[in-house]
Amino acid sequence: MINSFIHIILLLLLPPLLLGVINKTKALFAGRRGPPLLQLYYDLFKLARKDVVISQVTTWIFSAAPAITLVAIILAGLLVPMGPFQAPVVFAGDMILFAYLLGVGRFFTTAAALDTGSAFEGMGASREVTFACLSEPALFFALLVLARISGSLELTAMLHAPMTIGSQAPVASLVLVAVGVFILMLTESCRVPVDDPNTHLELTMIHEVMVLDHSGPLLGLILYGASLKLFVLCALLLHIVFPFSVGSALPDWLLFVAEMLFMASVIGVIESVMARLQMRHVPHLLIAATLFCGFGFVLLMRS
Amino acid sequence: MHFPLSITLLLVAAALHALSGVPGLLLSRCTAAGQRIALALTCVASFLGLVGVALVFMQGTASATLPWYLIGSEPMLLTADGLNAFFLVPVLIVGALGAVYGLGYWPQGAHPGNGRGLRLFWGLVLAGIIILLLARHSVLFLMGWELMALSAFFLVCTEHHLPEVRRAGWVYLVATHTGTLALFALLALLYWVTGSFVLRPLAVDEAGLGTLFLLFVLALLGFGMKAGMMPLHFWLPAAHANAPSHVSALLSGVMLKVGLYGLIRFIGFLPEPPVSWGIVILVAGCIGGVLGIVFAIGQQDLKRLLAYSSVENIGIMLIGFGLAMIGRSQDRPVWIILGLAGCLLHIWNHALFKPLLFFCAGSVIHATGTRQLDSMGGVAARLPRTAIFFMIGAVAICGLPPLNGFVSELIIYLGLFHGVADAKASAWTVAALAAPVLAVIGTLALACFVNAYATVFLGQPRQPQASAGHEAAPSMLLAMSTLAGGCVLIGVLPWLAMPMINQAVQAWDTAVQLRPPVAVGTLLPLPAFMGMGLLLAVASLLMVSWLSRRIKGGNASHRITWSCGFSLPTVRMQYTATSFVQMLNGLSQGVLRTRMHRPRISGLFAEPSRFKTRQDEPVLDRYILPAFLSICAFFGRIRFLQRGLTHQYLLYVGVTVILLLGWTLPVETIFKRLFAR
Repeated sequence: MINSFIHIILLLLLPPLLLGVINKTKALFAGRRGPPLLQLYYDLFKLARKDVVISQVTTWIFSAAPAITLVAIILAGLLVPMGPFQAPVVFAGDMILFAYLLGVGRFFTTAAALDTGSAFEGMGASREVTFACLSEPALFFALLVLARISGSLELTAMLHAPMTIGSQAPVASLVLVAVGVFILMLTESCRVPVDDPNTHLELTMIHEVMVLDHSGPLLGLILYGASLKLFVLCALLLHIVFPFSVGSALPDWLLFVAEMLFMASVIGVIESVMARLQMRHVPHLLIAATLFCGFGFVLLMRS
Repeated sequence: MHFPLSITLLLVAAALHALSGVPGLLLSRCTAAGQRIALALTCVASFLGLVGVALVFMQGTASATLPWYLIGSEPMLLTADGLNAFFLVPVLIVGALGAVYGLGYWPQGAHPGNGRGLRLFWGLVLAGIIILLLARHSVLFLMGWELMALSAFFLVCTEHHLPEVRRAGWVYLVATHTGTLALFALLALLYWVTGSFVLRPLAVDEAGLGTLFLLFVLALLGFGMKAGMMPLHFWLPAAHANAPSHVSALLSGVMLKVGLYGLIRFIGFLPEPPVSWGIVILVAGCIGGVLGIVFAIGQQDLKRLLAYSSVENIGIMLIGFGLAMIGRSQDRPVWIILGLAGCLLHIWNHALFKPLLFFCAGSVIHATGTRQLDSMGGVAARLPRTAIFFMIGAVAICGLPPLNGFVSELIIYLGLFHGVADAKASAWTVAALAAPVLAVIGTLALACFVNAYATVFLGQPRQPQASAGHEAAPSMLLAMSTLAGGCVLIGVLPWLAMPMINQAVQAWDTAVQLRPPVAVGTLLPLPAFMGMGLLLAVASLLMVSWLSRRIKGGNASHRITWSCGFSLPTVRMQYTATSFVQMLNGLSQGVLRTRMHRPRISGLFAEPSRFKTRQDEPVLDRYILPAFLSICAFFGRIRFLQRGLTHQYLLYVGVTVILLLGWTLPVETIFKRLFAR
């Protein structure tokens, strides 16, 4: 009960900090001081108090989409366990709901982008759905591998399997899956090398270009939702990368937070040392992610 | 002779449906009375039929015999069990709602020429389907089948003054008769095996392996053709696109499922299926699902898009059924139950959201006068309710929570994952590879329907005619809202459908396996799942209402779309449907092969030119038509024999007679006598 409470608190409060860590790491590499760690919190407060400018072309979808997307991501976050703890909501088949909740977010984000009737946002929406089609099988191959290892259909048990099985775990498969899921996480949360959240060259962006017309609290919800999505996917990946637990509650929570911040700094390092891929090369990366996870599955079925 | 009430009610429903269009034929073609009578009869018939179905679900299987001896000495056997009762529900509901929709969409006053015929054949299709679903006698089954198939031909050809409608109807007629040919062979073979016209499960040693295989292939051909199973779907897009929208809804929502019913029922009759059958069905489902939605994305015509998405959904149903078949040959009850339950629930779901989408498409086409996606835009401003209904249908068909499409896909996923998670089942876990395929189908469907919804309803009108039009008539909105309500209801409260699914699965399962029944509900995480669905719906609504109050409370300003500082955006600068899917289409050109007409630009002052793309039906236009044309060309060479000249035919008769006489002549004796020494 208390763990579920902490889960929800962390889920709602921690995500903007990850963005702060990423930006700090990038600033460190660039020799700058960088924005404060808590910059996104300040931004969210500022945006919440602002008025909105809405395009005359738009319908109710435009303003409803950020809210629906955020709700879907929060619910998805309730299904992914953090560290060695149970997720607040566990049932057989919750991994499918997790994947499809992200789909709900995608449906409304892209619909809202197209609602403005702008070619830029149409371009972003088109890229978003195209890349999702290529990266989605990676997630399901990863889920198949985890279901096979754990013998369970619950996301919590599936993700805890590498930890509970320990040395018996099929390491080769898990490594392949970890690589695939890592690429998937970068894609879904719109980070380098797939997308660059800092660029202002609209023709090359995916997520940022879809939300060009949102302002004020609407933009705030979108930024918050994006950081939540990064957080949830990071939490998912951590189970495969760091299958360890101390054994008692408080150190485990602290370990989890430390791992999350470490992952954020890893993302920051990647963004500092890598350039964004050309748009026409992104599908190759996503297919590579699918192949990584697919080979992980094949390897597992062979033995 | 005993006649159970449920069967009586269903037969009365069939008769009333069949007669519903007749009074209109006797009345003047200018009065609306015929349409009202037909509507009333259809609604009464559907209501009586639904009561009958409810009785079947409550009291169990009912059988009756009609004392007709058309052929042989066996009376016509009718049986209503859980499985056909399950299929009857969408038939009756969509049949009635389509008639309600037709009141506003195809009023007799506006269509004096073809309205009466449409309603006659509407009723006949429904009557045919009810008869064939109940029939357990080969001849009665075929009679119902042909009544349905031929009436559907007349429905497709409602606007037969248009050449493309006639072409679509012709292709449909050829396809459906090819399918019927396979069914004749199937039923004849069954008669040869069992020595009886009664349709019943075969005993284990009743037929040899080769016969069983032949039966399976014939069922796959005959019923697959009707169900629109890839690659037998080639008749479907044109037929669905060129029929009036409520007819498309009936064909897509109901008639395709009848093909699936035949497949499930007849393959259920065959004992001890090898695992390869299940794999074949599963693979056919995967291919149909992916290619169906890939073709749907490539379409520029709204109704063709919806038609191809039916092919995709049939693919999803076949994945479920294939899993059930694999489970049957591997003796895994969980696979059978989850696979078949997912397949059956998806049949209901598709019968809710596909007619809904076709109804919405109909009112959009009614308002804008075009089916081309790239001509539309901003329709939501004038058809706000239709826009909401279309959105509900689009979210549901993408399989997104909390609507009904997600529930059935979740059940199929659970079945697929069960195979992987079960450590003992090392063989045939390849079936689990259908899970990533299903995920790809889901995301592609999302791309397809975001595109359809946004291009039609959002943004600005791309052509002047898209800015005309008005909201749909009340009767049309009533039909749409009922279907949308069904989507929400099954999505949020799936346990309502579970008892019916249970009975349908058991009707199939006990017939083939004879083991204690397992309830579907016990295998599903229904409470937690419903809780999450409700939470998603309620939290979204609260959040949206808070936001809208926040926006209205503050002083929101309305400006033009920002477009990165471009101050005078025109409607021509919007992303079109074609440009939205350009990247995806580029990835799928290997199968899609869009025909492009690129202008050649040369010289300093280039001439004005046009860029055109055209999307063929790949199977029909690239394989079947060329094949038929070459056959035609071959027969063209011997056409000179048949010139229509009477004296030529008389010559043929004379020559034939002489040849036959010559055959009987004792040539040898004649020669011997002539040249005797």
